[in-house]
Amino acid sequence: MIWSISWKNIWRNKVRSSVVIMAVALGLTAGIFSSAFFSGMMNQRVKQVISNEISSIQIHDTNFRETTELEYYIPEASLISEKIKSLDNIAGVSNRIIIYSMISSAETASGVKITGIDPEMEKTVTGISTKIIDGKYFEGVSRNPIVIGKKLAEKLKVKVRSKIVITVQDVDKNITGGAFRIAGIYESSNTGFDEMNVFVRVSDLAGLTGLPEDAAHEIAILVDDNDVAMIKSIEIGKIWPELEVMNWKELSPEMSYMTEAMGLYNYIFIIIILFALLFGIINTMLMVVLERRKEIGMLLAIGMSRMKVFVMIMVETVQLSFTGGVLGIILGGLISKYFEVHAIDLSRWAEGYSQLGYDTMVYTSIKHEQYMIIALMVVVTGIIAAIYPAYKALKYDPAEALRIE
Amino acid sequence: MSIIKISNLTKVYDGSANEIVAVNNLNLEFEKGEFAAIVGPSGSGKTTLLNMIGGLDRPTSGEVNIDGQDIWRLSSRKLTDFRLKNIGFVFQSYNLIPVLTAGENTEFIMQLQGKPRNERSRRIKELLEAVGIADREKSRPNKLSGGQQQRVAVARALASKPTFILADEPTANLDSKSTETLLEIMELLNKTEDVTFIFSTHDARVVKKARRVITLVDGKVESDVSK
Repeated sequence: MIWSISWKNIWRNKVRSSVVIMAVALGLTAGIFSSAFFSGMMNQRVKQVISNEISSIQIHDTNFRETTELEYYIPEASLISEKIKSLDNIAGVSNRIIIYSMISSAETASGVKITGIDPEMEKTVTGISTKIIDGKYFEGVSRNPIVIGKKLAEKLKVKVRSKIVITVQDVDKNITGGAFRIAGIYESSNTGFDEMNVFVRVSDLAGLTGLPEDAAHEIAILVDDNDVAMIKSIEIGKIWPELEVMNWKELSPEMSYMTEAMGLYNYIFIIIILFALLFGIINTMLMVVLERRKEIGMLLAIGMSRMKVFVMIMVETVQLSFTGGVLGIILGGLISKYFEVHAIDLSRWAEGYSQLGYDTMVYTSIKHEQYMIIALMVVVTGIIAAIYPAYKALKYDPAEALRIE
Repeated sequence: MSIIKISNLTKVYDGSANEIVAVNNLNLEFEKGEFAAIVGPSGSGKTTLLNMIGGLDRPTSGEVNIDGQDIWRLSSRKLTDFRLKNIGFVFQSYNLIPVLTAGENTEFIMQLQGKPRNERSRRIKELLEAVGIADREKSRPNKLSGGQQQRVAVARALASKPTFILADEPTANLDSKSTETLLEIMELLNKTEDVTFIFSTHDARVVKKARRVITLVDGKVESDVSK
């Protein structure tokens, strides 16, 4: 009875109710879309970091990350990587030799991170092979091929097939060097990464440094679902307790923090919108209660309990807010869905975004549970907005209210 | 046997120097099945008296005993429940719920009482037929004339099967024909439903129909005539 009468009451003043409903709907549409936009941007960044830079899980010798010394490698890494491949949810594994050193062209030199990889194994973990913009991924150069980033190529003033020299320290701590020829130039969305990272074949780097070919400073693992990375890292850590096993959140805590913070900011943004709408709803419902003073007096007179009158106003306010909320969620959801497949082009500001490591083509992303939480927030807003007007109605004296002409 | 017994009832508005004594130490009794009119000039205390009998306006002093119970000793919650079960109200300006149809307005009070759906449907039909607007069950108040709206208000007042109905100037906004029809309906229901009707009125036609006429002046009973 109360639900039905409250719903009918909303439509007494169609224009006024529609204005409130549209205000809630448009506010939430904006809130949901902006949440989806920033979540999408963040998710893409996380995916890029995982697929291009750090992968889901990394295994190192316990001293390597701190010292980056050549000697702290994992011996017989292929045995470990083979075993990892047989575990569930593993999409790919790659053994890497990592050396921080100098690279020089005929023009200039630069400090870089040199990663020795098995090009085929690496394909299963990172997307570098798909980001080649010039030359080929370890093809076309038979001896000592190297793949470098576009930004570094510009800095060194080199192009495909140019010769560059890598200077490293070998296992006996002697300085040694090797000439490499550029097979391919890649470009990721992170110019900082492109400037810092070069890839060579693990056999070439092992040969140059004197490391055993089956050695690896890092075993990079990609899991098929990022949400299971944490569980998998624990599982792998139990198998090789003598090694350091870390998931992407531990490897890149700033990324993990940013993801969590972004989720929080999105909700704060929606709370601010709802807070502003709250006062609009309270104002409308106060007008409603004042206008219907005589009728509320009549309801109290004929025997409707004050509690039922209170609930009636509460329900009416929640229905009003929730109608706007549902419309906003549908509208915001549809817009977000559209931009999930049609990217928002931010290429006008491409330089700035690239430097920060963000893609300039943003695909929105919003989880279903976010809709549920937002719907719940709307209901809570409706309830809060209803309390004062409903309390006012509760305080009416029926005899006095009935005297109003 | 009296169903309403009013003893030494007084209502004073505003306790300051300009206090108004609306009802002054009034004593009255109403029997079951009465069709009584309370008349008097404006400000004589008719509506205040009706409101105090109906449990809406708290008296300054005195008692309103209904079926042996002083209603003003009841808690606010119990008094509301008492009104719901025992008193029907008909107001001057109809006071129907505009978003509900004639049938729904009649049903509303039965829903508050928690009556089952079957009983409600049967009673709606019965009452709307009794007040002569069975064909307007699905009409909302804004589609009904003043007379028709007041008939719905009478049906609503009767729906809860009250002990008595208090009607405050029920014909004040009606034309002669509607007034005539409404009075005939109320008189008939007074007999068939065995419900006590107490009116406050200025209307001579109501006075003519009433079987008892109580005249108030300055909050006191000036005359109490049974026909």
